[in-house]
Order: sequence, then structure tokens, then C-alpha cells
Amino acid sequence: MTETDNIIFDTASRIFEDLSTPEVVNAAEEGEWPQALWQAIEESGLTLTWIPEANGGVGASMLDGFAVIKAAGGAALPIPLAETLMAGWLLAKGGLEVGTEPMTVAILDPETSGLSWDGTALSGTALSVPHARNAKRLVTVVDTGNKSQVLEFALTQSENTQLSISSHVNLAGEPWDTVTFDKAVPTRFADLEDGTDASSAEALGALVRCVQSAGAMSAALELTIQYSMERVQFGRPIAKFQALQHSVAAFAGQVAAINAAADSAAEAVAFGDVIDHAAWIEVATAKTRLEEAVNTGAAVAHQVHGAMGFTYEHRLHHLTRRLWSWRDEYGSDAVWSIRLGEEVLQWGAEGLWPSITAVSDPR
Amino acid sequence: MSVTRFRFPYVEMPEVASQLRGEVREFLAEERANGGFVPMADCWASGMSAEFSRKLGQRGWLGMTWDKQYGGHGRTFLERYVVTEEMLAAGAPVMAHWIADRQSGPQIIKNAQPHVRDHIIPRIVAGECFCAIGMSEPNTGSDLASVATKAEKVDGGWKVNGTKLWSTGAHGGDYMITLLRTSPVDTNARHEGLSQFIIDLKSPGVNVRGIADIGGQVHFNETQFEDVFVPDDYVLGEVGGGWKMVVGELALERSGPERFLSSFIVFQEAMKVLVNNPTDKTREVLGQVVAKIKTLRRMSLGIAGLLQEGASPEMEAALVKDMSTNFERELLEKIRSVLPQHALVSLDSLTANLLREGILRVPSSTLRGGTNEVLKGMIARQLGMR
Repeated sequence: MTETDNIIFDTASRIFEDLSTPEVVNAAEEGEWPQALWQAIEESGLTLTWIPEANGGVGASMLDGFAVIKAAGGAALPIPLAETLMAGWLLAKGGLEVGTEPMTVAILDPETSGLSWDGTALSGTALSVPHARNAKRLVTVVDTGNKSQVLEFALTQSENTQLSISSHVNLAGEPWDTVTFDKAVPTRFADLEDGTDASSAEALGALVRCVQSAGAMSAALELTIQYSMERVQFGRPIAKFQALQHSVAAFAGQVAAINAAADSAAEAVAFGDVIDHAAWIEVATAKTRLEEAVNTGAAVAHQVHGAMGFTYEHRLHHLTRRLWSWRDEYGSDAVWSIRLGEEVLQWGAEGLWPSITAVSDPR
Repeated sequence: MSVTRFRFPYVEMPEVASQLRGEVREFLAEERANGGFVPMADCWASGMSAEFSRKLGQRGWLGMTWDKQYGGHGRTFLERYVVTEEMLAAGAPVMAHWIADRQSGPQIIKNAQPHVRDHIIPRIVAGECFCAIGMSEPNTGSDLASVATKAEKVDGGWKVNGTKLWSTGAHGGDYMITLLRTSPVDTNARHEGLSQFIIDLKSPGVNVRGIADIGGQVHFNETQFEDVFVPDDYVLGEVGGGWKMVVGELALERSGPERFLSSFIVFQEAMKVLVNNPTDKTREVLGQVVAKIKTLRRMSLGIAGLLQEGASPEMEAALVKDMSTNFERELLEKIRSVLPQHALVSLDSLTANLLREGILRVPSSTLRGGTNEVLKGMIARQLGMR
């Protein structure tokens, strides 16, 4: 992140800290939509970060938006801010005007979702659609023949009866719903011109989860260090025990690594404002790298917090449960590592090293 | 959030570094093709070739970042980074000059007497003078302040007695930058009374004995000093100021690409076998190791960027060395887990030989330059836990 992004990150973190209290996060898990929180975020203009001015946005850089998303991850923000940014980015790619209401993004797997799009109506089932029950609009991308299109659906029942939502939650208790389209007619749709397609939408989702996780990992490390210095056992803070110091040092390494990997992918996407092949490789790298970071990070965080951190009352689980869930969303590390591995096979022995160094070549 | 805010800024290679990369690749390909070297694992700590080092000197690839007025090339840290990472990725025999180019040279430029500096630096840059590190001793490993080899003041210089251990490259080196005790231990201030000396390894009383590692190869040494005379002007910096110098030197040691690329050549050769019958397990492993290499490189390059700006990212360097050196072992194990049986057991293939070499070298990666346990302690201190 650049210095500007650090400032944005700090500012956003402060706003989120004040508004996204443990009580608010818990209430959201109980099913209460945090209207006051959403309204404050909406009024701050943050939801329009990725939208060019021509499409009704504020025209900030993509990296600014990623800094906000990282802060949102660290605050376990229980609203679809990241999803609204993603949906807006995809709509703007199609040249469509973007408003400020909460939105979400659906991924329809071409092989398992029963996806069909005839140019007028969409059928198929999308799983794990974040906040579908709370969002006003849903955005998806479909590939047909040689072109890709971005589709927008209204999510209010009165507007669209060919679309049904059934409530589910992810491992973190976030409302990740199933959305079934039955010849559903989009409110708007448009062609995508710059190579953005359905796999770009999925990759953007994967990257967003990595960036959120980087924020959540940093926050969990912060909590862990703080707790280790406060908790006294055997007459001294547990932070003073070498065994614990070494676990936390390993955790810190994972926090550093996932932040570096997520930043690298965010920069690659931000550079061309598109998920081209080079950016896709960085996203695949970050999502693959997320597994070890989360495994180590969440394990050490809980180990250091002891039984206290295992209680619902303690806020650590707002972070660790999200981390465990996010690593699986938009393709788990198993999916992405195989994709990246196929890419590496294409590089071959000769292309291996040049392909690894390509990321730092002059752009 | 400041304590957990790690800095690994994006570094884009300048055009000149990118061009340089092309030149280095061309040179390495040519050298390898005409038998100039056979790639080896852990090449920076096991591939000694004075001839190869001289070729690099002739091309201007040693002492790259050092000021021109001292005989260096006045280039950027990033250009040096390009040259070193290309050498490592190719498994080129860069051991002879490695220590001098990485840490002894900068130390000499900063702290040596001008005439001593002028006597040594241009020869290092030419690839004709090599250095060894003299830190560890038989009873001094991680606890560096416990060095007992001592220098006593005599007329016109110092008399050195004692033994240095694990002195990598001393058998082919001209000088050893040696940490010595110049006044008795003060138990309340153990880091004081230590000084650094430039010792000519051809001086009378110096006895270098090679020590074979677990693979039977001699890369490090026991160096004995028996009444070795060192002239006054070969003291580095202030007498008693050795500790601070050593700490600065270790920071240079810790952050380079050699910490995660020592085994890369094994991976590169194994790819020739792996592309033939790929399974999903192979793909998964390739994805995992490449994701790790790319992430470590991003971090390591970020540190080079910070060094170029004059920052001293000690925390980041310790984090990267700890993770990188663990990765060296993991890389070999992961590659091994997907290589077909014939590639593992054949006795004459480069892949199998490199893998064996790598496995036999890798235990040292988490020891040298500060054990990972010491590094983790440093990290914990920086996090405020100690």
C-alpha cells in the first residue's frame, strides 16, 4: 500500500471501529440489518470508491478502495461494502450508472448452477450470495459465445418474482444466501468490452476476500499481542514465555505474507483497472497463499487467547470465523492452486523463472 | 496498528535494471552452455570458482552499489538485486565473492582506513580478492557476544589468539573480517569490548582447516590464530565498536534473495520432468510453491526498495529470513513428493543429483546468519512482547 492508502486505511479503520462494535456484529449475526452503520458508510461516500465520476461515482483509485476493504476486514464489518464495490465496478465496466444502495454479486458456476441466459432472461442457482436478503440489487456476469455481459437484478420481491432467495449463513454467521433465477429478467444489462468476463468477477471476489483477510489477520494479531501482554500466569504476562513468543512470531510472518500477497494482487488489478492475465496470476497467488496464513494465524490467535477467546462473548471469533470462511469463498486454495499449477506447467522449465520475475518488470 | 504494519512496498524495476537482467541471463545461458559451470544447489555457499567470480568482476557485477570514488560502480540496490537473484536462480558458482560483495566490502568502505580501503576494495570489485566471516567460535553460536578469541595490544598493532568456527569460505579467502574481544568481558555490558579486524589469512600463525559437512563437502572451516599480528590500521572503525558493526552487517546478511532461492535450481530442473505427466497433485504443489516464491520475492524486493531509500527494516528482514529459510526446506520436500520414482532413484540425472545436494545442504539454511529461534526472538521483541 502507498502512503495515501495507509492514511485511507487508518481513517476507514477508525470509522469502522466506532460503528462496527462487537454488539453490532453480533446483532447482525442474529439477523438484524445494521441500518445505521450502512447509512453512515453510504453517506461517507465509501460505497462509490470504485465508480468513475461519469457513472455517478467519486473516481478514486482502485487501491484506495482496496485500502477500505482491508480496513473493513479488520473490523469484521457486517454489511456488504466490499460486494457493493465489486458490483459497482462491474456495472461501471458495462457503462451503467451506479447508485449508493447495498448491492451484491452472484457467481453462477457454468457447470453446476444450471446456468442459462438467452439474452433476455436468466435461469440457474447461485450459492453463497453475500447479503442477498439485505441487498437492493444483484449483479452477475455471464459469458455467451464470444462476449460477456453484466446483468443487474432488482432484489425486492415486488419487482422480480422470477427470482427467489433462501436464507443461509456461512461459517461466520454472515447471511450468505442461495439465489434461484427462474427465467428472471434483469433490470439492466450491458456488454463488457475490456475482456472482463465471468472468471474476472470470480477472481475479483477471490482478491477481495484476500484483502479482507489481510485486514482481519492484522487485527487478530493485534488482539493476540495485546492479550498476551495483559494475561498473567505463573507470575508474569504470558507474552514473556518463549514458546508463546515463537508462535506469535510465526503468526506475524503469516500476517506479513498475506498482506504482501494481497497488496501485490490489488496493485496488479489496479494498474490496468482490469483483471488481465498478469493480474489473474497475482490473484491466484494470493488466494493460494491464504490457506497457510489463515491456518497458522487463526490457530495461534486462539491458542494464545486460551479458553477466553473460545467464548462467543470475546470478539476474536468475529475475525477467525470470517477467515475460515473467506479462504473457501470464490474458489478455495485447492481450486486456485491447481489453476496456478496448470499455469506453471505452461511456463515449463524455461519459462519458470522469467514468469516469476515478470511482476516487477517495468509496466 | 503500527506494530503490526509491515512494510513491503511495491518495487518496479527501473528500465536499466530490466535491461541488465537480459544481459545477465544471456551471460549465464552462454556460460552454462559452454561448460563454464554446472548448476548447483545452495550455490552461494557451496559453489567456489575464482574464475567465475573474476568474470563477474570484469562485467562490472561486483561491488555494484559501492561509490565510484572507492572503485565501485555506483549502481542501485535494485540493479544489484537483479544480478544476485539471476545468479541464484541459475545455480551459478558465486561463493568465492559472495561474502565480500554482500557484507565485507560495505563494511570496509564504511569503517576501514582509507589506504586499507583503497588496497582492498578495487580488488574485490575486480573479483580478485575474497573475504570470509569470522563471527562464530567453538563456544559462540547464537550468543555472539560470548566470543573469546582475543586481540591484545602490542607495539604497532594487535596480537590475536583463538579459534573461529564455521568460517564459510576461509579456505579460498584473502581476508577475514573478524570479531574479537579487545577488553575483558564486563558481565553488565557484554556487548562492549568487542572490535572488528581485517585479518590477512596469509599472515603467519593463521591455520585454516576445512570441515566437511554432512555431504562430505568442505565449505566451512575452523580458523586458528596463534600469535597472529594485525597492524593497527587493519582495525575496522573504533576499537570497542565491533558489536554495532556486526549487527549492521547481519541486517545486510538477512534480507537478500539467497534466503529463498538457494534451492530454486532444484525446482527448475525438476520442472523438466514434471511437465511430462502432470497430475492434479502436481498442479497443486506447483501452485503452492510458486505462490510462496512469488510472495517471498515480493517481500524481499520490498526490503531492497526500503534499503535503497535509506530505511532499516530490521523487523521485516527478520520475518522474511525466518519464513524464507523454512521455505527452502519445504520447497525440496514438496518437489520430492511429486517427482516420479525414476527421477528420485536414478543416479546420473541432474535432477536427482541436485535434489540430493539440496537436501544435504538445507539444514544449514535455518542456522546460518542467525538461527530461526534467534530471529523469532527478535521479532517478538519488535512486537513488544519482550
